[in-house]
Amino acid sequence: MKRRDFLQQTAASSALITLGGLGLSSFTEAKKNTKITILHTNDVHSHIDAFGPEDGRNANKGGVARRATLIDNYRNENPNTLLLDAGDIFQGTPYFNYYGGELEFKLMSKLKYDASTIGNHDFDNGVDGLFAQLPHAKFDFICANYDFTNTVLDTHTKPYKTFLKQGIKIGVFGLGIELNGLVAPNLYKETKYLDPIEIAQDMTRILKENEKCDLIICLSHLGYHYKNNPNKISDLKLAEATQNIDLIIGGHTHTFLPKPTIAKNAIDKNVLVNQVGCYGLYLGKIDFYFDSNNNKTANGASILV
Amino acid sequence: MRITFLLVLLYFLALTSCKQNKLHLTKIEGKRVEINNTIEASPDIEAYIKPYRTHIQNDLDSVIAYSADTYTKSDGELNTAIGNFMADAVYQESNPIFKSRTGKEIDMVLLNYGGIRSILSKGNISKRTAFELMPFENSIVVVALKKPQVEDLVSYLSKSKKAHPISQLKLSLNTDYKIIDAKIKGEPITDKVYYVATNDYLYNGGDNMSFFKTNDSLYDLNYKIRNALIDNFIKNDTIQPTQDDRFIQIK
Repeated sequence: MKRRDFLQQTAASSALITLGGLGLSSFTEAKKNTKITILHTNDVHSHIDAFGPEDGRNANKGGVARRATLIDNYRNENPNTLLLDAGDIFQGTPYFNYYGGELEFKLMSKLKYDASTIGNHDFDNGVDGLFAQLPHAKFDFICANYDFTNTVLDTHTKPYKTFLKQGIKIGVFGLGIELNGLVAPNLYKETKYLDPIEIAQDMTRILKENEKCDLIICLSHLGYHYKNNPNKISDLKLAEATQNIDLIIGGHTHTFLPKPTIAKNAIDKNVLVNQVGCYGLYLGKIDFYFDSNNNKTANGASILV
Repeated sequence: MRITFLLVLLYFLALTSCKQNKLHLTKIEGKRVEINNTIEASPDIEAYIKPYRTHIQNDLDSVIAYSADTYTKSDGELNTAIGNFMADAVYQESNPIFKSRTGKEIDMVLLNYGGIRSILSKGNISKRTAFELMPFENSIVVVALKKPQVEDLVSYLSKSKKAHPISQLKLSLNTDYKIIDAKIKGEPITDKVYYVATNDYLYNGGDNMSFFKTNDSLYDLNYKIRNALIDNFIKNDTIQPTQDDRFIQIK
């Protein structure tokens, strides 16, 4: 075990926490307790209008205007809120066929999304179609494992982004799914897909060690889990192969998780993996409570799901 | 133990001295919230969406043709009026495009039974009808098939016993579902190259149509199936397809 890891792990022991209070008192500026709320959607697929009362499966569910109200309420409750999307914003209703994603991006901007990653369907009008809609998005597209160097999207996405909310630094990085076989090559053009696990290891190192983030979130469009192809990279595989990720917000497989999954990472610590199905039927909400004098155990924070 | 404690203390002091505050993650709560009609819609967002919605609705609902009857994919055993309409429309709309680009003719069309996503109701037809029939974005591709692959295609149809929509192909089976007769544009299948129009989903092996795979001669028309249907609706005032003898079992 590396010395640094050893110290970090030991730092979590309860003996230290009593000192924590002392340390804090001499510098304190922030409030004693801070709550960070992460709100998230995935695979909304152009479902701007709510499903009607006649719909066979999703009657009276969804709708961007309702989502806006809900998000506003949560932001009023807690201003330290981030709103994220895990990709596949495009494709699924005539709104996309008619406007090419313009309205989707404009509405997400009005709802003040902080960031989104890129799903395979976001390439449905090609890299050019996505590029053409970028002026309508007032939020960043975050994806670390697509190399867009030889495409029009070059420099228009970020591998990661950090947010500072009341003294808590949150690092968010994005991972996209392999496009070959899923999207026609004439659409994704020269986009290069890079290994998600290697990239995740780089990202977590940068966010933890260089950026000194308190919270690391992966916005993933890899898919939750592939039962018939368990070796395929997925959010659950990613969780167990990496460390320092606190939360993986997933998409692609349209998995309706009734509650977030608690997975174990490479060093046996907890990682939350969540995905809220599709079509804007649900909003995911994860609250992270930070406390100065606490009873944090060696295994990390207590998780209530 | 003592040294460990000291190290920890040093580490902690180093940490706090360069950070404004050191808070620890103590608790995580996670849940999902259903978005339903108990949540009031934001009037601001509603107003923003409205002009887009109105434009789409007006365009989708403007009448472009008339359906003489109600047609469903369960109307026949091996061929149906609705399937025949879709395959013929794809042939009629894409053959001129293919011909102008390559100088060649499409020999036949094969779609899939599962790709008929709704019924065609008697009465007015709008663009919305085409979206219902074909909600997916699949586009038309033309694949050059040699005789053995065409034979695989025909054999696939005889084994599937489903009314997969076809155009320009005529296929008769006996009571044991064995092929009695197979003709393309009225001619027996010979040793030439056949240009078969289908959609990109089937070309990529959808519905186990493996005969399309590993084929290097592919022409992507960049023309969506749905748009071909819309264009065909616009050209024809009244849509009145029939079940015919293009794919039958002789009993």
